[in-house]
Amino acid sequence: MDHLLSTIIFLPIVGVLVLLFINKENHSAIRVVAFVFSLVEFILSLPLFFLFNNATHEMQFQEVVPWIESYGITYHLGIDGISLLLVLLTTFLTVLCILSSWSAITVRVKEYMISFLFLETGMVGALVALDLVLFYVFWEVMLIPMYLLIGIWGDPKRRIYAAMKFFIYTMAGSVLMLVAILALYFFNLKATGIHTFGVLELYKTVIPVGTQYWLFAAFAVAFAIKVPMFPFHTWLPDAHTEAPTAGSVILAGVLLKMGTYGFIRFAMPLFPNAAMVFLPLICILAIIGIIYGAMVSMMQADLKRLVAFSSVSHLGYVMLGMFALNMQGVEGSVYQMLNHGVSTGSLFLLVGMIYERRHTRMISDFGGLSKVMPVFAVIFMIVTLSSIGLPGTNGFVGEFLILLGVFRSKIVYGVMAATGVILGAAYMLWMFQRVMFGEIKNPENMKLKDLNMREIATMVPLVLLIFVMGIYPKLFFTKMDVSVDHFLKGFKAKYEMKGEAPTPRLTSILTVESVRERVSPSSGTN
Amino acid sequence: MLDYVWLVPLFPAVGFIINGLIGKRIDRRLVGWIGCSAIGLSFFFSILLFFELIQLPPASRHHEFEIFEWVVSGDFRTVIGYQVDPLSILMALVVSGVSFFIHIYSIGYMHGDPGYPRYFTYLNLFVFMMLNLVLANNFLLMFVGWEGVGLCSYLLIGFWFERDSASNAGKKAFVVNRVGDFGFLLGIFLIFTNLGTLDFTEVFHKAPSLDVTLATTIAILLFIGAAGKSAQLPLYVWLPDAMEGPTPVSSLIHAATMVTAGVYMIARCNVLYSMAPIALTIVAVIGVATAIYAASIGLTQNDIKRVLAYSTISQLGYMFLGVGVGAYGAGMFHLMTHAFFKGLLFLGAGSVMHAMSGELDMRKMGGLRRKIPITFWTFVPATLAIAGIPGFSGFFSKDEILWQAYSSSHGHFLLWAVGVIAAGMTSFYMFRLLFMTFFGQCRAPEEVKKHIHESPKVMTVPLGVLSVLSIIGGYVGIPHIFGGGFNKIGEFLAPVVGGHGEVAKGHAVFSFEKVAHAAEGGGATATAHGLQSASMEMILMAISVIVALIGILMAYVFYIKRPNLPGIVAEKGKTLYTVLINKYFVDEIYEFCFVDSLKSLGIALWKGFDDLVIDGAVNGVGHLTVGLSGVLRKIQTGFVQSYAFFMIIGGVIVVGYYMIRAIFY
Repeated sequence: MDHLLSTIIFLPIVGVLVLLFINKENHSAIRVVAFVFSLVEFILSLPLFFLFNNATHEMQFQEVVPWIESYGITYHLGIDGISLLLVLLTTFLTVLCILSSWSAITVRVKEYMISFLFLETGMVGALVALDLVLFYVFWEVMLIPMYLLIGIWGDPKRRIYAAMKFFIYTMAGSVLMLVAILALYFFNLKATGIHTFGVLELYKTVIPVGTQYWLFAAFAVAFAIKVPMFPFHTWLPDAHTEAPTAGSVILAGVLLKMGTYGFIRFAMPLFPNAAMVFLPLICILAIIGIIYGAMVSMMQADLKRLVAFSSVSHLGYVMLGMFALNMQGVEGSVYQMLNHGVSTGSLFLLVGMIYERRHTRMISDFGGLSKVMPVFAVIFMIVTLSSIGLPGTNGFVGEFLILLGVFRSKIVYGVMAATGVILGAAYMLWMFQRVMFGEIKNPENMKLKDLNMREIATMVPLVLLIFVMGIYPKLFFTKMDVSVDHFLKGFKAKYEMKGEAPTPRLTSILTVESVRERVSPSSGTN
Repeated sequence: MLDYVWLVPLFPAVGFIINGLIGKRIDRRLVGWIGCSAIGLSFFFSILLFFELIQLPPASRHHEFEIFEWVVSGDFRTVIGYQVDPLSILMALVVSGVSFFIHIYSIGYMHGDPGYPRYFTYLNLFVFMMLNLVLANNFLLMFVGWEGVGLCSYLLIGFWFERDSASNAGKKAFVVNRVGDFGFLLGIFLIFTNLGTLDFTEVFHKAPSLDVTLATTIAILLFIGAAGKSAQLPLYVWLPDAMEGPTPVSSLIHAATMVTAGVYMIARCNVLYSMAPIALTIVAVIGVATAIYAASIGLTQNDIKRVLAYSTISQLGYMFLGVGVGAYGAGMFHLMTHAFFKGLLFLGAGSVMHAMSGELDMRKMGGLRRKIPITFWTFVPATLAIAGIPGFSGFFSKDEILWQAYSSSHGHFLLWAVGVIAAGMTSFYMFRLLFMTFFGQCRAPEEVKKHIHESPKVMTVPLGVLSVLSIIGGYVGIPHIFGGGFNKIGEFLAPVVGGHGEVAKGHAVFSFEKVAHAAEGGGATATAHGLQSASMEMILMAISVIVALIGILMAYVFYIKRPNLPGIVAEKGKTLYTVLINKYFVDEIYEFCFVDSLKSLGIALWKGFDDLVIDGAVNGVGHLTVGLSGVLRKIQTGFVQSYAFFMIIGGVIVVGYYMIRAIFY
């Protein structure tokens, strides 16, 4: 049990090694091996949930191994309630993704599965890393397999454009983040004399407000692109549309959460004063994202693009809730990360299922599918309702808490964001109506087959989760209560420390410092 | 026993799950049997709870039962929990009782439909949600039921989803309701942020600490929710379209139960409303305006279900008028009687459609009273009840509302006057409906005529039960002037809706002496006032009965005596007629203002902003980079000399920078 997190991170790599020894023509063996590894991975991650101690805010399952000692880089892993839930989401969705790729992927199956398992390592690693360098490494590890998934197994028409756009957008953010990580390291070194990239140590470092601006901005841009926040979102519809189904699922389900997770783990607790300064900007962008995403989503003709824009809207809620900076807002926000993974992941899976049958994603090509695919219709309806946030489903709990938290911290934001509730219903139900209701006009839809057993097996866990999370959310909230509370307290404490802290002597360090000196007089006002 | 309140919503939930999972694979009769017995059990337990409750002294008729903690985050805590008190048990009885008979009726009405199991699944889910709405002990669970019934309404309106009109109507209902829910949600937020709880008991206990502005804001926001669900101006537009659903659904959801949820909600929150006179006035004015507005549209419609739909909107307006003048009990009373007679009218209309091969247009009916006598004879008492003819249930409740609209301290002569005019319109359009459908010559095509037949027993028995209720349902609330102290329903509800706060003190619902106090000023003795206002009440009652009779008479002249008269009148007042038959063009206006403009905006944002501005910038940077690197490539000449040259220049700049820094800093 001492190395549970490491095991979970590297098990997929073992899977990759096994896959290397399988003949690449033997597709079924490759699929089975990949599936088994992802399933074992998921089962291994369950003890995290059951052994997790709800009562402490300390990082749990920690592993600390020095890595590059002269710079204080350590292999430091650990989870709190927030990352715990996201890790579980990741391992859970990966199993379903591999299951859903069974018949959808027929070329280069071996490479595909290898990419997917690599991706899993990257995602889990990024979620459990407590060292900035380690985090950055995993962050980049995620990028490459995703780039390949879009670029190789994507829709041939625009996959290269989409993959490039995804890569360059994310890379631009990552580079800024790397600079900020180094700057933070050097700053901390000057201030305390300690070589460290450890997040937990850096939380304690008091950073002058002016410096925080620049560091926060660099982190925030990197994460905002990943979220994606308006106006950095335009890579998302392209990436989602062109990616293969499982790619879209994991992209929406987990990769976007890396952005929001980045805010809650790094950007906000490290630089609370800057976060407070940027708060109005971020909130307003989030609200724009909610409304804008919904409006643009409404008019999409392509199902996947529609779902992609709905993600922009949903992630707007997540960001807004986080920056409400109260219990309801932040817990709702974390919960909504999971919800979005479940419901948007499901939506992409469902769209993928009809795409496999009809090879089109255009809404106008469908209509009346309820008649020929009743099982599909029921599941699709449930998922749609979860996405709308109907009470009883998971979406409601998250959305409600977020809006409540936001409303408490600033009424105007709460009211504006709540209009998204109306728009959400409008675009999702309109889409559902055009795809599922009416007469079957297109003869090709006449003989569509309903879901097969494998597809039902893929969807049933998700549907169950939608209800469990909606009816008994306590199961999950108890895991994160203490962690979120600790996050808020830490944020507040550090925020208030800024005045008392002795400003370290800085002579020749970093340009950001000289900028700070110019900015700092104005920072006295906050 | 009261702890078993959870059994009431449990049975419909079980029915929903069984029929939802295996309904398709089991015998149809079993599906119907499961669906009906689930509701029957629920009704049975509601009755048990009711008798249990009235054993208790009035003041202690309140019981709560928590099942489990639901959403808990920081200082926010809500539970799944139910409460039994006079108000919630009255609603539970009405909901489960009326549902039970409508379920039975549905067995006959839907028997040939391929979606039979799906129908009963949805219907049971609806009852489950509706019972959650009325039995909830906190705002959030009430909201669950609130949105849940909205979902079922959506599913059942669009039950025949192959029809575009049906699926459009379902979507419209859901989205318009969401507009209302937006207000409801904000109201909930405001309650929590100011009182720190959503539990009904605690909220109403702490409410007096709110200042008036806040209470008014909360009350108005909640009313927006109520206006959406109960189809009031300006959010009523979804209800007429909702008639696309199967007729028993219109009867159950869009007449008897779900649409009255808004009235229930205001009655439940009477403490808040009584603190906010402005909000009350808004409720009353919107209510009475809706009553007359919808009634005026009902005058000209030819579709039998549409007439009833506008009538429902209008009657809901009366209920809001009642609660809006602080007469919560009167509003609830009308809610109950309306559930009986309007539920019956819809079921009767369904029976007519059944006989007429699905025909809805009254111009193609006529003379049916001999062909389907049971339907006719059960339809008549319902019509008399809604028209407000003395002796029938609607008379008692409507009269109570009109009297309160006049006499309550929140009332006004104008509220009463508009209400009476609307009542006249009501009796006109209802008798118009009755005459066009059941009297005169049959105008149906020969093909249809041949098939006209009375409905089976499974449908006519529920009609009979409801027609009895439509007659006797009013006698639980006999006005004081006809022999004192028989206002059972008023007394029953008083612990919840009366006796709270200042308003109730002034003119407590149903209690005659208190009304007298409110109606008159100080000075003379209470008895004298009592007599005075008793005669006043008599006069007003007589006026409203006369107006109703005039309405009937006019309908008689128009549709029996001189059948060519309607055409002439329509020709004379062409403009007015066009406006009315087109429902004031509100649908068209909404379509233009909200739907079309929202769509255009969506397109503009997508094509104009997302693709052109943002992606333009992104791709522009990309192209710029490619272009720049083209330029930079030229620097890489391969000549060592030029490299050396640039190195020197670079070195000079760097050194120069540091020298300058050293000098100036």
